[in-house]
Amino acid sequence: MIQTLFGSSDEKPEKEKRSFFDRMKQAVTRTRENLAERIDEVVSFHKEIDRDTLDDLEATLIAADLGTTTTREVLQKMREKVDRKQIGDVGELKRVLKDELLAILTTAAEKPVKSVDGEPEVILVVGVNGTGKTTTIGKLANHFRAQGKTVLLAAADTFRAAAIEQLEIWGSRTGTEVIKTKAGGDPSAVLFDALQAAKARKMDYVIVDTAGRLHNKANLMAELEKMYRTAQRIIPGAPHETLLVMDATTGQNGLQQARVFTEAAGVTGIVLTKLDGTAKGGVVVAISRELGLPVRFVGVGEKQGDLLPFNPNDFVESLFA
Amino acid sequence: MFENLSDKLQRAFKSLRGQGTLTEENMNEALREIRVALLEADVNFKVVKELIDHIREKASGQEVMTSLSPAEMVVKVVRDELVAILGTDTAKLKFASQPPTVVLMAGLQGSGKTTTSGKLAGWLKKGGHRPMLVSVDVYRPAAREQLKVVAKAISAHLYEGSNVEANTATVERLAKEARKEAINNGCDVLIVDTAGRLHIDEQLMEEMQSLKRLLNPQEILFVADAMTGQDAVNSAKEFHDKLSLTGVVLTKMDGDARGGAALSIRNVTGQPIKFIGIGEKYDALEPFHPDRIVSRILGMGDILSLIERAEEKLDKKKSEEFARKALSGDGFSLEDFRDQLRQVKKLGSLQSIVGMLPKIGPFAQMHQVSDKVDEKQITRVEAIINSMTSYEREHHEAINGSRRKRIARGSGTSVQEVNNLLRQYAQMRKMFKSMSKPSFAKRLAGMKLPNGM
Repeated sequence: MIQTLFGSSDEKPEKEKRSFFDRMKQAVTRTRENLAERIDEVVSFHKEIDRDTLDDLEATLIAADLGTTTTREVLQKMREKVDRKQIGDVGELKRVLKDELLAILTTAAEKPVKSVDGEPEVILVVGVNGTGKTTTIGKLANHFRAQGKTVLLAAADTFRAAAIEQLEIWGSRTGTEVIKTKAGGDPSAVLFDALQAAKARKMDYVIVDTAGRLHNKANLMAELEKMYRTAQRIIPGAPHETLLVMDATTGQNGLQQARVFTEAAGVTGIVLTKLDGTAKGGVVVAISRELGLPVRFVGVGEKQGDLLPFNPNDFVESLFA
Repeated sequence: MFENLSDKLQRAFKSLRGQGTLTEENMNEALREIRVALLEADVNFKVVKELIDHIREKASGQEVMTSLSPAEMVVKVVRDELVAILGTDTAKLKFASQPPTVVLMAGLQGSGKTTTSGKLAGWLKKGGHRPMLVSVDVYRPAAREQLKVVAKAISAHLYEGSNVEANTATVERLAKEARKEAINNGCDVLIVDTAGRLHIDEQLMEEMQSLKRLLNPQEILFVADAMTGQDAVNSAKEFHDKLSLTGVVLTKMDGDARGGAALSIRNVTGQPIKFIGIGEKYDALEPFHPDRIVSRILGMGDILSLIERAEEKLDKKKSEEFARKALSGDGFSLEDFRDQLRQVKKLGSLQSIVGMLPKIGPFAQMHQVSDKVDEKQITRVEAIINSMTSYEREHHEAINGSRRKRIARGSGTSVQEVNNLLRQYAQMRKMFKSMSKPSFAKRLAGMKLPNGM
């Protein structure tokens, strides 16, 4: 099931593909200073490739939060190609840069997803505070419901004030039941109850909301590990997907977040939220490059439908459109 | 927070060490390292450029003082420059001559406005004020419920309001009503929690402006996430242009983000960072100390914060009792030792404690060691002591072979580990005892202190 959801764009109908592309474009080009325009600016300004061209490109990539390491590596490859006369003019640089970024994102996206047989598919949603986990879950529930799937939500964020109420509102908006406990309860216990209920009722999906936690808090990460183990015990192979929700405004700390959350909860993919702002979310390129983690979805607004399956091709296209 | 940046700068300066003079060449290398470090710390690239230019100008223009090495000289210039950006003013709120003072909280989604509103109310209460909270976030599900829970937890006044609809008219009505309610209740400060919004959302930014006209707030605080990347300048600038911010609260500073956003935001708004959020508890709000953070950036450690934390968390009486016992003829027991372990654990992870120490001079090695120390080791030691009888804890010499075996089994460790602990304990006891003798003071005075920077 998940294969079709996260699968390659070839299988998608042409119409959906276009609307996805348009919306991505809309989301990313909303900013006046987006990466594509700035590259165009750079490209049209310098006809011949010189040191300044590469310096300007460097500034552009850094400004998009790709980080110094990724930027340096990407530009090094371009510099080599320029030296070997494989790139003749500045216009070509754009294409090469695009290909380079695409290669990084595509390799990560090819990572296989755990298969599910006959059991509810469990999606654990994790992340630091305030990235938009609960909102993303509401949108995910809407996404699956629209496909006619049955979904159960587990309110395992028992810590933050009114987190359970927030998820319940999303539950009623999307016609999805929420399994919960009282505030301050044991998150693993909620998870246990939710998975048991989902098994008994033969649900298609269980989406688990967890409390936001900073990845450097050992005890909170241990709690997450415990939840991961609890899920495994009840449904072998669960969680089938652990989504790390990351705010597009996040800087280089995103890399460390991805590392530590992967260690504790086996992150399988990223949801990049708040991409409707001016932030580019370029840190995901660094994450894909270093950890091979794919981006699964992007969040582009506060409404139910503002969650789009991620497609590396379209993502890079929209950056350059 | 800034450990990694410290690392890099430290490395950059190391390359300068041992060289007699500042040359264009060796300074360039240090500056390149500083540039990368600042970029990796998420300082905006334009701010970094400005900073590097200033430093280059100042460092090469100045004569190297004889009392400082070239490395120390660059440290000084960088330090001065960062302090100049962050400012030297610490947290202060402006209060209205005619109460209530209105504090408007603004920021992007998920930056921590609601939690910060609660913390700020708690902070004001401690300072003898009567704050009232109101949430005008009519958009996000359960946002107003969240503030209600927060207000209850810190027992602060809250204006709830009724007939809430998700539109600007309701937002304005709630704000007006809350202000009236604050006056009626004799509350001298009204904290207005607003919905998170994108700086490019024209409609919601207009709503913010109309709130400002309506309430005429003394403070408009921009709540920003310490993890923010390069985009920090865009959002901060836009919020500042539209609202004329009066200050910034930097949240999630208890994470390990390097927090370069602090430099970026300060640079584009010119407004002081008034507070930092350092945890999820409602008292985890601290005044911002630019000098401390600059010290931290430069690897000079954050000893002041460590001392503050220690004072807050440690049981002073117990520590004094321990010191008295340890230095006395009887020495401290394993029971006392366990108490001390538990106290140290309260301070946080070993790495976070060591992280606050400078990376130079006598502390440099501790940083290397702390990376290798297994945090679980402390838990294991505690488990071993837990498996002893109270008699054994007071009389360590009575722990013979069969007792050791039992203790190892009970704590899930090995006899070897029990032996290790007992040996170390015996050594520590001896060391402490010798410290009480006058000869120790003499020995200490004779010891040479390493030359730090």
